Amino acid sequence: MSLMIKNLKVYYQTLRGKVKALDDISFQLGDGEILGLAGESGCGKSTLSNSLILLKPPMKYVEGTVMLDGMELPIQDYEAMKKFRYEKISIIPQYAMNAMNPTVKIGKYISDILGCKGVKYQDIEVELKRRLDIVGLDHEILKMYPIELSGGMKQRMVMVISTLMNPSLLLADEITSALDVSTQKAVAKMLVEFRDKEIVKSVIFVTHDVSVLYQIADKLLIMYAGKFAEMGPTEEVIKHPKHPYTKLLVASMPEVGIKYDETPLKGIEGQPPSLLNPPEGCRFMDRCPQADRKCNEIPPVITVGSGHEVCCWREVEKNA
Amino acid sequence: MLEAKNITKQYKKGSFGKKIFKAVNNASFYIKEGEVVSLIGESGSGKTTMGKMILKLTNISSGNIYYEGKDVSNISGNGLKEYYRKVQGVFQDPFSSFNPIFKIDRIFSMIKREFYPDVKAEIWDRKLRDSLKSVGVNPNEVLNKFPHQLSGGQLQRLLIARALLLDVKLLIADEIISMLDASTRIDVLNLIGELKKKGLGVLFVTHDLSLGYYISDRSIIMYKGVIVEMGNTDKVFLNPIHEYTQKLLDAVPRLDMKWEEVEIRKKTDLGFKLFMPGKTDGEPVMKEIEENHFVAVE
Amino acid sequence: MAKNKKSREFKKISNSKENLYFAFRNFKFVLGMVIFMFFLVLAIIGPFTTEFDPTDYAGPGYQSPNSEFIMGTTFFGQDVYSQFVYGLRSSFAVGLTGGLLATGLGLLIGFFAGYKGGWIDEILMMFTNVMMVIPTIALLIIIAAYLPYRGVTIQGVIIGLTAWPWTARAVRAQTFSLKERNFVYLSRISGCSTLKIIIGDIAPNMLSYVFMVFILQFGGAILAAVALDFIGLGPTQGISLGLMMQNAILWNAVQLGMWWWIIPPGLAITLVVGGLYFMNTGLDEIFNPKLREM
Repeated sequence: MSLMIKNLKVYYQTLRGKVKALDDISFQLGDGEILGLAGESGCGKSTLSNSLILLKPPMKYVEGTVMLDGMELPIQDYEAMKKFRYEKISIIPQYAMNAMNPTVKIGKYISDILGCKGVKYQDIEVELKRRLDIVGLDHEILKMYPIELSGGMKQRMVMVISTLMNPSLLLADEITSALDVSTQKAVAKMLVEFRDKEIVKSVIFVTHDVSVLYQIADKLLIMYAGKFAEMGPTEEVIKHPKHPYTKLLVASMPEVGIKYDETPLKGIEGQPPSLLNPPEGCRFMDRCPQADRKCNEIPPVITVGSGHEVCCWREVEKNA
Repeated sequence: MLEAKNITKQYKKGSFGKKIFKAVNNASFYIKEGEVVSLIGESGSGKTTMGKMILKLTNISSGNIYYEGKDVSNISGNGLKEYYRKVQGVFQDPFSSFNPIFKIDRIFSMIKREFYPDVKAEIWDRKLRDSLKSVGVNPNEVLNKFPHQLSGGQLQRLLIARALLLDVKLLIADEIISMLDASTRIDVLNLIGELKKKGLGVLFVTHDLSLGYYISDRSIIMYKGVIVEMGNTDKVFLNPIHEYTQKLLDAVPRLDMKWEEVEIRKKTDLGFKLFMPGKTDGEPVMKEIEENHFVAVE
Repeated sequence: MAKNKKSREFKKISNSKENLYFAFRNFKFVLGMVIFMFFLVLAIIGPFTTEFDPTDYAGPGYQSPNSEFIMGTTFFGQDVYSQFVYGLRSSFAVGLTGGLLATGLGLLIGFFAGYKGGWIDEILMMFTNVMMVIPTIALLIIIAAYLPYRGVTIQGVIIGLTAWPWTARAVRAQTFSLKERNFVYLSRISGCSTLKIIIGDIAPNMLSYVFMVFILQFGGAILAAVALDFIGLGPTQGISLGLMMQNAILWNAVQLGMWWWIIPPGLAITLVVGGLYFMNTGLDEIFNPKLREM
């Protein structure tokens, strides 16, 4: 197991109280797997990826453990995490467009970062150039300033930089959301290639766009209002969703081939609950067509198929 | 109803304003009543500029826009006001469409003040409530609130309700659902469909092909300021001719097919040369490939 | 849904009330306000509490504070307390006229240049830049020197007419960004006129900023007036804090050890202007929620 998260709770401390943005999340991710993390805005998906690498106020660690390659990560300790960041866990930021220092040449920038980690630029230059070849960038780019690069080139450059130390876990937070359809495809495929070439062991790909995840992810984790909803092999979750939320979510997505005049789709009524004081039981209860009194209690996470877990009372009853 | 003829929007670029950048290059199209037309393009394609030109929020450099046969390219004052009575817009970001320091009621009272100053308060109130109900929001839940107290989906509905208070015939919807969550966006999209059935013409500006396909009767594909392909939505999507449209369609992430499974299209000899924005010089000419299906050629 | 209830309560305190709520919890603002109000009240009621005219020779000169003259007398026997309260009043008058005029002009020019853009913007900004590079104090000296009669109001007007350029520039920049907001577009397609949009959409979003600008301009005008007074271009009639200081220096109050003559006007100016700046920084924290929550 590359990554193992157990009962992780991370809250936000605000003036009005604690926002339970990430409440009791557990899952495992194997070597060489790409996990797609999906959900609506405010479901905790970004909180999860941020808390794995940079947990700082107003974020507040409450409880839970994170194991990476058999070692426990001190995610609550900002200083102790320093030696894991970039080397073991790395992130491709959402706004890769302005992630690089604009005042120095890219080569110098890379050598500065490596300097912080005590690595000599010369030692890694050969590998760096090989990586540039993989993403299809010219070596000359190292002598250029970030401003001279196009958006797509910057995105690829940032991908190379973030993965230079062969991290075990790579976090990609909404990296394709701001991109055009064609660039989106190229970037997503590159991520798969990085995994295939074993540059990174496993990837957590965070996005609200389930259709992109369907293209590249091995596993899908669906979150709702800070809670685990469903996780399983991508095909399974998309084709045979178990959680009512996943079902409605997948059914609400338009695709080329579906027309309003022929097969109108339906959205999910209502809105996610506030996380400042969320309902006691299942958080999807208010919007769920299958909810009953049982749902006032927190549903357990149960296994419904090979690697397919779901957190819903209806599934518990079905499998009882 | 609305017809754009050879409209161009150009900006001066470079340190001395010598270079000319064409945000929209010689575009012509029309929108009929009760029809949803998708204007599809990636960032920088000029689709938003096009919407702004129709809404008269930015000047047209050359070309003309006709509404009901009348040239509206240079109207102002009362003429412009009457135009806005019929042609309205909803923008991408619902939160910035509301002035944050006022209650949401303001967007409606503005309409009353400018267009219906003589209507009695009670009659107006009923009209407003009917309009809100028609877009699927409960008037009591939204009136007298500040924008930040409502969700993005609700705000977009309010903006549509605002347009419906007028005698609106054409709605320019600029990326109106791109900032909404997956579970609520489809409802706003369906609302557009319902309004279409009631005879409203809609220009649906989007970057998302599947949304465009879902809702529209005709589609316009833009690339670097040029309309590269347009026509009946099914014809454009199922039989794309322009290389750019093909590339775009192949890159769309789908839920029924993985990228690897997408067939590589065979290059066929078309017998004419496609207009490639950025590569081909001059102005594009629209060639009719089949009935109601046009593509840009040299 | 306890949270919703709570948030509703929270939001019930609408913007202005919410700002007031935070205002009285901000130490800097309260401190500045207290200092400012103290002198304001003194300026308003002070003149009614003295029987002497500030320029009258009320008694023997060179008197340190005593029971008859609570702040002593000048070299010539004028009552320092009378001079001080009347001077305070004229300083506030200059601050108000100068501040209002500078803020008003700056807003007017900034709004139109920013909203209209194009050649209107170019011409207005050219004018603004010209005004900006002319050294203000030199201009003030020239204008003041040419006016045979100078009252407090005239002084305020002169100061106001020279202090607006930087306000105009800042307002223009803000307007530039505000006019590209969707809500301005929405007002435009609602058929609102330019004036209505500026008053209804753009100005309210800059209200806090405008208020702060006014406070700064107010303080600036007081300082500018003192500078003019001090070099002998103050009001030809009446008294002001600057004139008091000028006279005190002219008649060697420092060398004669007449602290009661020289310190009060200087201290009052420092405190009033300092108080205004405190209010300004306090307001910055109040209006800017990011600073507020720290």
